Amino acid sequence: MNHPEAVITPGRGGLFGVASDYIWRNPRMFLFLMLLPPLLWLGIVYLGSLFALLVQSFFSIDEFSGMVVREFTLKTYGELLHPANLDIILRTVSTAIVVTILAAIVAFPIAYYAARYARGKWKAIFYLGVMLPLWSSYLVKIYAWKLILAKEGILNWVFAKLHLTWLLDAILAIPIIGGNSLSVSYLGTCLVFLYVWLPFMILPMQAALERVPGNLLEASSDLGAQPGQTFRHVLLPLALPGVIAGSIFTFSLTLGDYIIPQIIGSSRLFIGQAVYAHQGIAGNIPLAAAFTIVPIVIMGFYLWMAKRQGAFDAL
Amino acid sequence: MTISVQFSGVCRFYGDVKAVDTVDLSIQEGEFFAMLGPSGSGKTTCLRLIAGFEQPSAGHIEIFGETAELVPPYRRHVNTVFQDYALFPHLNILDNVAYGLMIRGIKKAERYAEAEQALDLVQLPGYGARKPSELSGGQRQRVALARALVNKPRVLLLDEPLGALDLKLREQMQDELKSLQKVLGITFIFVTHDQGEALSMADRIAIFNQGKVVQVGSPEDIYQRPDTRFVADFVGSSNVIPADFADKTNTAGQWASLRPEAVRLVDSGGRTAVVISRSYLGAMTRLVLDINGIRLNALSPSNQALPADGEQIQVDWDSADVRLMDSST
Amino acid sequence: MRSNQQAPVSLKIAAAAGLLFLHLPILLIFVYAFTTEEKSYQWPPPGFTLKWFAVTWGRPDVWAALKLSLQVASISTVIAMLLGTLCAAAVSRSKFFGRETISLLVILPIALPGIITGIALRSAFSLAEIPFSMWTIILGHATFCVVVIYNNAVARFRRSSASLIDASMDLGADGFQTFRYVILPNVGTALLAGGMLAFALSFDEVIVTTFTAGQQTTLPIWMLEELVRPRQRPVTNVVAMVVVLVTFLPILGAYYMTRDGDRVDGQAR
Repeated sequence: MNHPEAVITPGRGGLFGVASDYIWRNPRMFLFLMLLPPLLWLGIVYLGSLFALLVQSFFSIDEFSGMVVREFTLKTYGELLHPANLDIILRTVSTAIVVTILAAIVAFPIAYYAARYARGKWKAIFYLGVMLPLWSSYLVKIYAWKLILAKEGILNWVFAKLHLTWLLDAILAIPIIGGNSLSVSYLGTCLVFLYVWLPFMILPMQAALERVPGNLLEASSDLGAQPGQTFRHVLLPLALPGVIAGSIFTFSLTLGDYIIPQIIGSSRLFIGQAVYAHQGIAGNIPLAAAFTIVPIVIMGFYLWMAKRQGAFDAL
Repeated sequence: MTISVQFSGVCRFYGDVKAVDTVDLSIQEGEFFAMLGPSGSGKTTCLRLIAGFEQPSAGHIEIFGETAELVPPYRRHVNTVFQDYALFPHLNILDNVAYGLMIRGIKKAERYAEAEQALDLVQLPGYGARKPSELSGGQRQRVALARALVNKPRVLLLDEPLGALDLKLREQMQDELKSLQKVLGITFIFVTHDQGEALSMADRIAIFNQGKVVQVGSPEDIYQRPDTRFVADFVGSSNVIPADFADKTNTAGQWASLRPEAVRLVDSGGRTAVVISRSYLGAMTRLVLDINGIRLNALSPSNQALPADGEQIQVDWDSADVRLMDSST
Repeated sequence: MRSNQQAPVSLKIAAAAGLLFLHLPILLIFVYAFTTEEKSYQWPPPGFTLKWFAVTWGRPDVWAALKLSLQVASISTVIAMLLGTLCAAAVSRSKFFGRETISLLVILPIALPGIITGIALRSAFSLAEIPFSMWTIILGHATFCVVVIYNNAVARFRRSSASLIDASMDLGADGFQTFRYVILPNVGTALLAGGMLAFALSFDEVIVTTFTAGQQTTLPIWMLEELVRPRQRPVTNVVAMVVVLVTFLPILGAYYMTRDGDRVDGQAR
């Protein structure tokens, strides 16, 4: 055989050729160069900001001048313990729990059907059917509920048509969760939270259920379990990591939201609204910062628990 | 004869792990060379060292007399057929095959003509417009071969290319690879863990164990005269027996190998053996024998009269078939 | 988990009801965009008209908000695509110390409540005395959009075999050629899909934006003001419908792009 070409070729030369050879010989350097921009960005913009927030939470505000005093103090954290502020924290956390449980209940049939029965075209329909509401505009979704829950809106109209207005009035008459109309009640707030976060619960739940082998359920009923027993002893434990993964979102989002309770709900504040109010009108950034530490701590604890339950595999 | 690939004291370490440990090899031009060994024995790393995907931690590699260290893979006129074929999923078969030519800046018409030729060579004419996902495993394997050969490499590296194929297809591809290599006259370096494949295809074989080359030789050498216990055990089903048992002239303490087919059934004058079990293998039948507490495998043609289990028989072998081995390994 | 059995009727009803619950409110937006009612959210609408589309078309404040939103979303997406792709490539191509930490760092801005990102940026701006501008909005948006690109790209990088890069270099392509002819075509659709989702995310974002916008008005902030103090109900109805349509398009596009990619990759295994 005649081989006209050399076995080692000189490469294509030029700037790109030289650069390519250099990169190939120094893979660590290349890795460093690739990571540098994202790490600089996230490190400075994001972690830097979080640090700034943390620092501010140790400052306090001068009650007379309204100026931020840049001196280390724990006084601001102490303010969190005022009954009014404790009330806010308690209300937000309990709402997050209620919304999470409701979301798990409503999400389960959808996730279960999509995982076990839907296939082909229906699989795609279910997927898009969850993805579109998930990604569609957050504000538009809230706006839609403002339309629905308004006194002259569609929900009251439906109740009137069914001659059930008395029932609605009875529900609204319940103290704490009721109110003048659904759109200014705690009930309305929970409903909208449920609606907006529901897709975040369905997707990880479905992912967890997809991993349950179908014959496991058949084995359970084969062994004489009633459907209810199969659900409680087989399906529920297997779906639990998905529920926990989903609840990370519903919990985190409820803890940080300040728009939904502001637009649909009573005048009682949530953590998000308190943060917003303190940093905005009052200019009390230290107290706002201290307030945000609450969801961070709760979420940190929550993530730690979820990790122990193996929920991250379902994300 | 020109030497196509030369390893001199080549090492490749990953931290404390010695993947390749002081390997010396000379591979001739036009040779069909097999690297045989269990997984993790360093054979694939050696192949990747030749291709340029890995750099030696120590030692020196020459390809056709030129230093290969620090030369990136894209500047080596050496091509590889990958274990998982590594066909580009976004390109059709013709563009896959023509990829190397496209990179070298060869005009479209010319490179497509050459790619079609290469597809003819691997017996896939007219498959150019398909996507890799539409082909079977065997067909993808041929495309991978055509994609490498179209560049007319000086050395072709094959990394367990037949591993994913079923038995029948594998035997057919073995024949085809062998004849292709004869026709093209390119150096083929072939990595495999299948000793049958290596024995049937290669001109020479290097046996790898724990990062070291333990024996290099022709298939006959390796099969008939293993240097070490490892080679005897790994290549086929050789009996490993005490040397003084195999042949009284040898000294005690050494080990020797004896091929099962070298053990003959005789009428008298041999050694007395008891048949433990027999298994029918088609043309041959394997007998497991016990001679004074030592186990021995024997292969006998199935068409002759064979003893039953538990029967006492006489067996013998030529002392020339007894191969003394390096006792250290 | 697969079954050939028919689903129980009760399950079918519950699943269908759940999906309806998710979609009916959004459909309602489309009806309200055509209502003749101006002063309330009356149902059923007393009549239907197209006139509010013309009114909205003539509103400079809506156009200005839309323009700012599009600018912010475009620039944030480009920055996030660059950062997210670099990060994904580095993390999936090599094993190095601390890659878990980097994954966590990328995911953190979306895992923690948005208000935390918002107030953190705001307090950083105030400490560093950075005045609000379009760029302060972009700074926040790009940060939480990185994760969308990163997730899409990492998934695709993981699925495309590492030996493809070896194969390309083996066939004579240097690093840049390999990037141009092999890596980009293979991860391109995933990046584009990620980019579309990032765009939708940024275009719609309001929680972080309220903290980083100062006096500027993006479209979501315009809507938020209308929600808190309704002044122009019919115009808000039309804007809401347009926003739904504008965000649906990139989401559907991203879905079709990644779906095809998955199918091809799945078969190539």
